[in-house]
Amino acid sequence: MKLLYFAWIRAKIGVGEEQVALPPNIANVGDLLDWLASRGDNYAGALKERKVVKVAVNQEYVGTDHPVKSGDEVALFPPVTGG
Amino acid sequence: MITVKVQREDFDIGAELAALSDGDTQVGGVASFTGLVRDMAGPHDGDAQSSMTLEHYPGMTEKQLAAIAEEAARRWPLSRLLIIHRYGKLLPGDRIVLVASASAHREAALQSCAFLIDWLKTKAPFWKLEDDGKAQNWVEAKESDDKATERWS
Repeated sequence: MKLLYFAWIRAKIGVGEEQVALPPNIANVGDLLDWLASRGDNYAGALKERKVVKVAVNQEYVGTDHPVKSGDEVALFPPVTGG
Repeated sequence: MITVKVQREDFDIGAELAALSDGDTQVGGVASFTGLVRDMAGPHDGDAQSSMTLEHYPGMTEKQLAAIAEEAARRWPLSRLLIIHRYGKLLPGDRIVLVASASAHREAALQSCAFLIDWLKTKAPFWKLEDDGKAQNWVEAKESDDKATERWS
């Protein structure tokens, strides 16, 4: 799975992009966020406030119950501030 | 006809707006909104140079902007629609965004233009990093922007 991070979530995690091998028990976005948060203090800190973590799977906004699979591109980012 | 551009470079407002009605004599009005970088350094900050850096999600940004424009085209009778959004480091006074719509009548042009910028602000994956010359700070999303989007639902 390709993971992308943007803005302060990227800054807190320390990388903008990474490839990960998905553990077998990860079925949806909520599972993925829980697993990522367990990978280290940087991830836990970046994902602490779940309600400000927006998720896109294959470049479409999704909720935490959206399914994820190994070929997906998943992006995590804070609420957008363009315009 | 929808045009979406995500670019580092500046744009020429006059030329872009003229292009929205070129060759189409059914257009009766063109409405636009231009967003600019405000100076974040205070009046007593001396030589402090403020700036703003826009980060985005290449690929998803273009898709979201096209979807926003398509939604406007469904809601109003529009001849042409334009969204240009810049990224990278910008200075006070620099143009950030231009949204414009051309229609036979002013109401469709003006309303769709307000809709485009309201939706863009809460849906297009851009993030602003402000630098007031002393410290860097990620701009926080405003509740008022969410409310502005909700009025169109």
